[in-house]
Amino acid sequence: MELAPVFTWLYGLLLSLGLGTSVADLISLVALAVIVFGFLAVVALFLVWWERKVSAHIQQRFGPMMTGWHGVFQTIIDALKLLQKEDITPALADRKVFFWAPVICFVCAFAAYVVMPFGKGLIVSDLNIGILYIVAITTFTIISLLMAGWGSNNKYALLGGMRSAAQAVSYEVPLVLSLLGVVMVTGSMSMNDIVAGQAGWGGFHWNALFQPLGFLIYIIAATAEANRTPFDLPEAEQELVAGFNIEYSGMKFAMFFLAEFVNMFTVSAIAATVFLGGWNGPLLPSWVWFLGKTLAMVFVLMWFRWTYPRLRVDQLMEFAWKVLVPLAFLNILYVGVMAKWLKW
Amino acid sequence: MAEQLRTEEMILNMGPHHPSTHGVCRLILTLDGEVIKNCVPVVGYLHRAIEKMVENRTYAQCIPLMDRFEYVTSMSCDWAFCLAAEKLTEITVPERAEYLRVIMAELNRIASHLVFMGVTAMDLGALTPFLYGFREREMIMDLFEMTCGQRLTYNYIRIGGVSKDIPPEFIGQCRHFLDIFPGKIKDYEKLLLKNPIWIARNRGIGIITEQMAYDYAISGPNARASGVNFDLRKDDPYSIYNRFEFDIPVLNGCDCYDRYIVRLEEMRQAARIIRQALDQLPGGEIRAKVPLKFKPEIGELYSRIENSRGEMGVYLVSDGSTKPFRLRARGGSYNHLQAIPDIVRGLKIADMVAIFASLDIIMPEIDR
Repeated sequence: MELAPVFTWLYGLLLSLGLGTSVADLISLVALAVIVFGFLAVVALFLVWWERKVSAHIQQRFGPMMTGWHGVFQTIIDALKLLQKEDITPALADRKVFFWAPVICFVCAFAAYVVMPFGKGLIVSDLNIGILYIVAITTFTIISLLMAGWGSNNKYALLGGMRSAAQAVSYEVPLVLSLLGVVMVTGSMSMNDIVAGQAGWGGFHWNALFQPLGFLIYIIAATAEANRTPFDLPEAEQELVAGFNIEYSGMKFAMFFLAEFVNMFTVSAIAATVFLGGWNGPLLPSWVWFLGKTLAMVFVLMWFRWTYPRLRVDQLMEFAWKVLVPLAFLNILYVGVMAKWLKW
Repeated sequence: MAEQLRTEEMILNMGPHHPSTHGVCRLILTLDGEVIKNCVPVVGYLHRAIEKMVENRTYAQCIPLMDRFEYVTSMSCDWAFCLAAEKLTEITVPERAEYLRVIMAELNRIASHLVFMGVTAMDLGALTPFLYGFREREMIMDLFEMTCGQRLTYNYIRIGGVSKDIPPEFIGQCRHFLDIFPGKIKDYEKLLLKNPIWIARNRGIGIITEQMAYDYAISGPNARASGVNFDLRKDDPYSIYNRFEFDIPVLNGCDCYDRYIVRLEEMRQAARIIRQALDQLPGGEIRAKVPLKFKPEIGELYSRIENSRGEMGVYLVSDGSTKPFRLRARGGSYNHLQAIPDIVRGLKIADMVAIFASLDIIMPEIDR
């Protein structure tokens, strides 16, 4: 069942109540924001639980089993616990920076969904620079990590923050370059156009099939962007104890924590939209395809995390600049030649 | 512009409460960014005065304390102490007890190396091998539990023998473990050894040259990964180790990678020894007649055995009373920790963690 007609009908309902278009637009915008926020909050809670389950089964454990069926309510209980915790600010912390870091992190993580096509016609706003917007807004997360590292007045946090800044600068480049290949073929930065460009072959005209190298580079860079193992240096537990969020407690910690999982969902959703055909697909409703592809990507990221060891910080830089960036340029060259030659 | 920027070295207190210092070791690191300029280990946070407490206890009461000397392989610690006491009095241990001691000590070596394997991988960010290692360790713990009722500090090896005979189902269960274990070691190897990240993190990191190994008196698997072919089970055979066929893995990589492989190979060899010991296991007594008020002859001696972390030595002085006059125990980790500042200078914090883990340092052995 497609969801877009439901929203159109609701909007029509607002108009039929005698409201002007501007008021109706305002109400629908607020409603959409609430819906997207609610959806993502549920997704984040679900992903935390899922990660624990995936890790448990990879490690031959059960994971959470006590609260609800196979522990499905575990993260809700955990979030409630974190809400009640005392919110501690270290005495020598830079209070403003310390306060705003988790807020910025949280907001930026959610803001990326403005241009995300969840399904056929399910997009909050189809900006013509959609993909550029996502890349720009997700980069802000790094600033918040740096702020958290600096504001905490803790040496481990500082090292974590510095690492995250270095990592972001390095991996942003191959990430954007790998997305560029798709933009070149599509001829548009709008997310809707990118999805529409992959509608052929019954919804299996995926960019990943034409640009496997680009897809690979994207996955690697995205893993680094989401601070996941093998690139989870900013919060390397065994070296920096917890990294940038070491001084955070209570709800501020929960905001970092949830934002991390939302970020993971974001990079997976971009991968699904840009490389794996977005919501295109036969038989099932479009939003099911989108969710399925995204969750499959999330699973791959989780799989990485529970299998691989971590890179060292200089190796991380070397890998980005000496391997990924040249490969990304090669991919652009390849896409350019093929687009000209085979008229993609 | 660059020379106007003022940069400072940062002093980072790693520990005593830090997830990857394996106990409570404090390392004062002087950092230039992420590069370690200097490293000063501070020990003593786990000091329990075992060597002093021993002086006020009878020999039998010392054994539980020796269990805690190094709780990851407490069988070997008991053994080192009992061996010293037995040598002082010239007690002959019954055959069956010797075999049981070998079986238990080698099982414990495997258990200890499994902990090493899991913890090393975890310190490098791979969280899963830890659980795999503990899965197999659990089977060994079950064997210990059915034998002596304990899972960590066994108090099993006693002066003149062992405390209890093995239950009848022990042999079957132990053989089952030995049957599946080689396959599990292959799994561990497949999981990490060829992983490019693992290689990048371990190859050429934490070099201990052969000369350094001699200078710091590094022993055990760490020395054998630096090309030093020295294993007390072969070179100064105690108990009945000369009856078994086994190889001493020696590698020349001198780095973290080879220290990991040496231990994986040692687990294989330990399994080989246990299998032979089970085949040859004779019947009979499990404990020599030792008087309740055990009084060794007046004298002093140093006896050593091959622990999973290197040479475990006990220097025992007896004044002929029921209590030891002086005990000095030597664990391998102390020397390994001493080598760390030399190794890590100029490397990164992440390397420091890798090296610390690969040396298999454990703090109770150092602080005692």
